[in-house]
Amino acid sequence: MKFGIVTFPGSNCDYDAHHAVTDALGAEAVYLWHKSHDLEGVDVVILPGGFSYGDYLRAGAIARFSPIMREVVAHAQRGGPVIGICNGFQIACEAGLLPGALMRNAGLQFVSEPVRLRVENPDTMFTNRYAAGDILRMPVAHGEGRYTADAETVAQLEGEGLVAFRYVNAAGETVPSANPNGSVNAIAGIVSAEGNVLGIMPHPERAVDPLLGSADGLGIFQSMMAHVSA
Amino acid sequence: MSRFRVSVNISPRQGILDPQGKAVAEALHSLEFAEVRDVRVGRFLVLQVDAADGAAASQRVRDMCEKLLANPVVEDYQIALVEES
Repeated sequence: MKFGIVTFPGSNCDYDAHHAVTDALGAEAVYLWHKSHDLEGVDVVILPGGFSYGDYLRAGAIARFSPIMREVVAHAQRGGPVIGICNGFQIACEAGLLPGALMRNAGLQFVSEPVRLRVENPDTMFTNRYAAGDILRMPVAHGEGRYTADAETVAQLEGEGLVAFRYVNAAGETVPSANPNGSVNAIAGIVSAEGNVLGIMPHPERAVDPLLGSADGLGIFQSMMAHVSA
Repeated sequence: MSRFRVSVNISPRQGILDPQGKAVAEALHSLEFAEVRDVRVGRFLVLQVDAADGAAASQRVRDMCEKLLANPVVEDYQIALVEES
């Protein structure tokens, strides 16, 4: 099982993702340079967090046209798993791998804090190690994380179980104070209609070790491992 | 082939929350510009484009907006000005 982590100019969570995959999960990981056209035979592609191309124009708008993204989109179209974390989620939306867009946080502030997520759908290749309703702790660190889509798209996401995670409070309720960016329906993570692309604003790769406050994010990597090995 | 100066206004689509615009409106209210009803904050781009005529330049910039400059999911754009430079 081999993970490929794309490094764009301005990516800054690629090393965290590498640490999560190799040290916490115990799988193989390679860095994929944005100018490369070779996915090097990886099973899973991770689009990591950061500020690719300085967030110029819109977060993710330029990264989407990197040479490697042509291969990433082809991999996704073949059904290959892709996980976009934070800036990676923004890139996946810009590239059309996921519907909707991530806009400026409703509170205008950059938010960097631990949040709670509720597992909405445990029947995906990214969440099969969790149970529905599990509450996870992970950090968020973003200025543009407000998930937005038209009403029809939101209805489709909700109706087809494509909402993977929602922001909740300690009691597991979706209340405005637990929603760090004003995302519609408190959406923190979604999967594509085909089920092989996950976009998530919080950082599971920074929550893989109890020493750093939480290991709740490891389940996402374990889920992918279980899926690809099956 | 002539060179055209094309400007593009990109703004958050109506109905989509624009927190920047809201913050600017509140700041204007606190400066006693009470008449301000709404503010939308967007981006303004000026492009120099070589094209056969103004219509062709504007059509090319429209394509650029659809593909890169605007995000049609959440933004509207207006090609505001085309002039030979």
